[in-house]
Amino acid sequence: MKFLVTVKRVTDYEAKIKVKADKSGIVTDGVNMIVNPFDEIGVEEALRLKEKHGGEVVVVSIGDKDATQQIRSALAMGADRGVLVTSNDAELDSAGVAKILEKLVAEESPDMVIMGKQAIDGDSNQAAQMLAERLGWGQATFANTVTVEDGKVTVIREADGGLETVSCTLPAVVTTDLRLNEPRYASLPGIMKAKRKPLKEVSPADLGVDLALQVVVKGLEEPPQKSAGQIVPDVATLVDKLQNEAKAL
Amino acid sequence: MATHLVVAEHNNGTLTKATLCAITAADKAGGDVHGIVLGQGTAAVAEAMAKYVGTVHHAEHEGLAHQLAQPYAKVIADCAASISATHVWAGATAAGKDLMPRVAARLDAGMASDIQEVVDDKTFKRPMWAGNVIGTIEVTSAKKVITVRPTEFEPKAEGAGGSVSAFAADPGESKMSFVGFDAVQSDRPQLGDADVVVSGGRGVKGPEGFKDVIEPLADALGAAIGASRAVCDAGWVPNDWQVGQTGKVVAPDLYIAVGISGAIQHVAGMKGSKTIVAINKDEEAPIFQVADYGLVADLFKVCPELTGKIKEIKG
Ligand SMILES: Cc1cc2nc3c(=O)[nH]c(=O)nc-3n(C[C@H](O)[C@H](O)[C@H](O)COP(=O)(O)OP(=O)(O)OC[C@H]3O[C@@H](n4cnc5c(N)ncnc54)[C@H](O)[C@@H]3O)c2cc1C
Ligand SMILES: Nc1ncnc2c1ncn2[C@@H]1O[C@H](COP(=O)(O)O)[C@@H](O)[C@H]1O
Repeated sequence: MKFLVTVKRVTDYEAKIKVKADKSGIVTDGVNMIVNPFDEIGVEEALRLKEKHGGEVVVVSIGDKDATQQIRSALAMGADRGVLVTSNDAELDSAGVAKILEKLVAEESPDMVIMGKQAIDGDSNQAAQMLAERLGWGQATFANTVTVEDGKVTVIREADGGLETVSCTLPAVVTTDLRLNEPRYASLPGIMKAKRKPLKEVSPADLGVDLALQVVVKGLEEPPQKSAGQIVPDVATLVDKLQNEAKAL
Repeated sequence: MATHLVVAEHNNGTLTKATLCAITAADKAGGDVHGIVLGQGTAAVAEAMAKYVGTVHHAEHEGLAHQLAQPYAKVIADCAASISATHVWAGATAAGKDLMPRVAARLDAGMASDIQEVVDDKTFKRPMWAGNVIGTIEVTSAKKVITVRPTEFEPKAEGAGGSVSAFAADPGESKMSFVGFDAVQSDRPQLGDADVVVSGGRGVKGPEGFKDVIEPLADALGAAIGASRAVCDAGWVPNDWQVGQTGKVVAPDLYIAVGISGAIQHVAGMKGSKTIVAINKDEEAPIFQVADYGLVADLFKVCPELTGKIKEIKG
């Protein structure tokens, strides 16, 4: 089986995020960049499925040159080769991501595309579903368990109110949820090998994609800060305050 | 003028609160508001939705018995085209998040996810970076798809009532099939709708801690139970109890965080609560920065005491 897995370069989830004075973006100086955690789970799942069913794992990132680092991390985990689609993030919305991936799917003909449920910077939760629709494929989002059998992928999904099981004929798009697996760490030999694995670069123009934006970010701001609360000494005081001050009981 | 289509989400024959919140948001953008109800045996839901919008398009089909994104997106897009809808809306629930980007792709519409404010009919505010940043975004395409963060909009109140009209649904060819649903059994209020939420974190130590400490407190308060990611990952409680950036967003009148450190990803899902109480033995825990009332204590000591006091009051 061939797996196409996306890895977005995002700010570290532990980083303190600040908005630039001109509201045009966030301050990235000194902020560590990582593989979107959901995408790391996607790489892990593809590797496990490959270990079971054989095949190839191709990782894709769309971004500037620096995104090469995130592709190399995935290669170090064990993915076979990488594709960097060079683009400046500010010029990209989820529809653009889906359009680029649609072209890559046409070139690569994977059996499954595995993506994260959301990128933890923009928190959009859109790109995979958009891709599935553009391709006319089935989708299994928020995957908790993935099983491939008889040309179908069966996925237990994290839904509201419980776990839903759906099945899609392959090829299909799957998005990862947090409980799908625990990503492996790259080994030292893995990191050494990754340096020699093939990494191709293409531009959206090479792929023939028109990236006219449908969603434009007009400005960013920091949310109002909540004023500090109070520390209460004991349960009796807490209950009294909840009853008489907050009127919450 | 704008024409809005709000996609109904329903649960065992009742319209969800998230849907009513999406209708409120659509109203704010100005224009005609329609609704669409998809499924099988959903006449009562369509009637119910007609109390809130002008026209409800009722798409009844056996191929729509379960919400599967592929056939649902086709029917919603077909209906949107038939009424020349400019905007298609839904609640930003797990179901809405699964479905609506697919509708957007089908309509070649730009999409705004999980909005918290309608600025005008094409401009919206939405949280990004786990709520560290509020983005103002403009959807520039002719058609727009929007999902609405339910906690940021009041549910629409019942009105004079509109009409239900049958929509001849053609779900088309689908590569997806429904296999089963394993529901979390609970007699407690739904997490997303509850007035009071008691959430437990890793400090609760294990599933027994949830049974012995969190459940009695929640029962005394008539509260829903939530959890941090750490606890869901560990399998102590169902995944759908996860509150946060990548779980559920809640904004009850009272949120009690017990043994939760207050990572930004957790805070993103509860900081809109009216009154926040934190119980944690570490006075440096970041949860105290968002709490209105903090109690620095061993949760195994103070929670039973708190439960007792609340029982006395509610007695
Ligand atoms: C991609 C991504 C998405 C995420 N999404 C979410 C999300 O949606 N929701 C979420 O919650 N997290 C999310 N997280 C995880 C988040 O970063 C934290 O790891 C998590 O919230 C920590 O859970 P916790 O507070 O229960 O555990 P800990 O951080 O371990 O905190 C436990 C707390 O319990 C206290 N404690 C221990 N014993 C006692 C006692 N006897 N009495 C009182 N207090 C005690 C400790 O002082 C400590 O503060 C996400 C992380 C990533 C990377
Ligand atoms: N620039 C990008 N490069 C690679 N993958 C991306 C990019 N943007 C989004 N994705 C993928 O799409 C998923 C959902 O992203 P989003 O819709 O932006 O929340 C992410 O988890 C990634 O797998």
